[in-house]
Amino acid sequence: MTLIRVENLEKTYYNDGVQTPALKDVSFEIQKGEFVGIMGPSGSGKSTLLHILGFLDQQTKGRYFFDGKRIDDYSPKEIARLRNKKMGFIFQAFNLLARTTVLENVKLPLLYSGIKESLRNKMAQEAISAVGLLPRIHHESSQLSGGEKQRVAIARALVNKPNVIFADEPTGNLDSASGQIVMDILERLNEEEGQTIILITHETYTAEHTQRIIRFFDGRIESDAKVDNQRSAKKFIK
Amino acid sequence: MTFKDTFKTAFKGLWANRSRSILTILGIVIGITAIILIMSLGKGAENLILGQIQSFGSKTIAIIPGRQPKGPTDVIATFTDSLKQKDLEALEKKNNAPHAVKIMPVVFGSEAAAFENETYRPTIFGVTDLFAKIYDIYPVEGRLFTEDEIKSYAHVVLIGSKVKEELFGENEAIDEKIKIKGGNFKVIGVFPKKGQFSFLNFDEIAVIPYTTAQQYVFGIKYFHRLIAEADEEKYVPQTVEDIRITLRNSHNITDPNKDDFFIETQAEAMETVSTITSVLTLFLVAVAAISLLVGGIGIMNIMIVSVTERTREIGLRKAIGATNQEIMTQFLLEAVMLTALGGIVGIILGGALSFIASFALSRVLSLDWTFVFPISAALLGLSVAALVGLVFGLYPARQASLKSPIESLRYE
Repeated sequence: MTLIRVENLEKTYYNDGVQTPALKDVSFEIQKGEFVGIMGPSGSGKSTLLHILGFLDQQTKGRYFFDGKRIDDYSPKEIARLRNKKMGFIFQAFNLLARTTVLENVKLPLLYSGIKESLRNKMAQEAISAVGLLPRIHHESSQLSGGEKQRVAIARALVNKPNVIFADEPTGNLDSASGQIVMDILERLNEEEGQTIILITHETYTAEHTQRIIRFFDGRIESDAKVDNQRSAKKFIK
Repeated sequence: MTFKDTFKTAFKGLWANRSRSILTILGIVIGITAIILIMSLGKGAENLILGQIQSFGSKTIAIIPGRQPKGPTDVIATFTDSLKQKDLEALEKKNNAPHAVKIMPVVFGSEAAAFENETYRPTIFGVTDLFAKIYDIYPVEGRLFTEDEIKSYAHVVLIGSKVKEELFGENEAIDEKIKIKGGNFKVIGVFPKKGQFSFLNFDEIAVIPYTTAQQYVFGIKYFHRLIAEADEEKYVPQTVEDIRITLRNSHNITDPNKDDFFIETQAEAMETVSTITSVLTLFLVAVAAISLLVGGIGIMNIMIVSVTERTREIGLRKAIGATNQEIMTQFLLEAVMLTALGGIVGIILGGALSFIASFALSRVLSLDWTFVFPISAALLGLSVAALVGLVFGLYPARQASLKSPIESLRYE
């Protein structure tokens, strides 16, 4: 089932009268349950694409269907609600709230989703358990290592049981061991829970956890291919 | 997001920077404290003055020579000798002012009084025996003078407690003779300690018959005041009118603008005092309100800093589903909570300070001062504080809500 479909997507930034095209004529589909890696050098438009897909930005031209509906059909408030309920975000810089416990950080999206207070702790605990951080649930985010912080961010992205998780260079700030743990968690979520994940990365070892890689260059899709050697490559690295 | 959650979130935001939050609200605290203090003390002062006027008796009417001042350039003391014996006699005629039951002439002034080697300068009151009734002060020792003594220009005197102490110390004063303006006055009574009342210190007075005072002490033929009392409170306005007509007849005045006397009742005096204290209080409150403005600007400043500092947090909240409205409410609530808290602290502080001040005033200055906690002022203060937060928090909160999530998440 198609979750995301973009047709002839274009994005141009206007800055002091200077036009900078970031995406040019991009079309693809992503099915539910896919684990897609988006790769490309910096400036190739992959972050721009992720922002558009995540409803954080809007395209200049072209059409974007999420779950069968065009983004233009939604009001700003509905867009905020969709981001809250149907999407999870993982950022390179974790973006956890400082001086706030793991539990509170993970509960944050639930505050905006109108879920009863009594349910929130349970849902947050499930998500924290899924990333294996239950022992650290009452630690403040500043007391965690980088890898643990990113796992909290994954739990936060998961807590509302979203349709898709967008991960923007999730291992970019981590050492390779921590990065590996983070990628293992994402892969397991995809395999066991059927979680759709769209991952931006420029590291090959990260991309190797995905099932499909879309390569961008200069705002255009350069290649879009299934990864056939996913397992073997990973085993080889190990 | 429920209001409770917004409230909690805003509280956490403030708590995370508690020392800064406390410093930020200081301006509001000082402003509200000042307002509460001023309003409480203003009310206390008003009550004190009103109480003293009230003690004068609600049926009392004062006739004062001269013209009521109409403006700052008006000369008040134009006809200070306009009240004479014939006026007193005219007013005492029943058909002129039927409801005026008592009329007492008053002459007063400061004169030296001496006993042996001691001298003191009391306020000399030349009155009738009604003085005791009107001011509710009766001698603890001795007696009041009689009507006969008034008629006969008797040299008798009743003295206040301070006068007695200064001239006689611990010794007996009754039947001793004190010298006032060359005349020997027999002490026939001593008043109890009463202190300041109706703008007069009763401990520092010497009371003699008005006839004697006019003739031998001040050498005048007129009165400084005529004090009348109506038989019932409801007849006060009518009596005032009766007195006015009687005196105009007595003085051959046809044009009311040329009145050479004016009449004050307790109700009028209370109204005047209320107006003066209200205007004064309002003025001081306006001055204090400036600190609220300054405090509000401080709040705005800190909120702008806070919004900038928390750009990433705002970006994240938006990314995970907060609407612009929710972000705006959160920051606005932070500002309002800050100022409202400042308001509450200010109310408590202002109340405590004015309580201490009231205590000090009543103890140290032995004034009949009562502590008044102005609940209306407290409510006003709290709403003003919250309003300051709302007004000065609006701009930063709006800035926060309009931030682009992408830019905000990238913010370093």
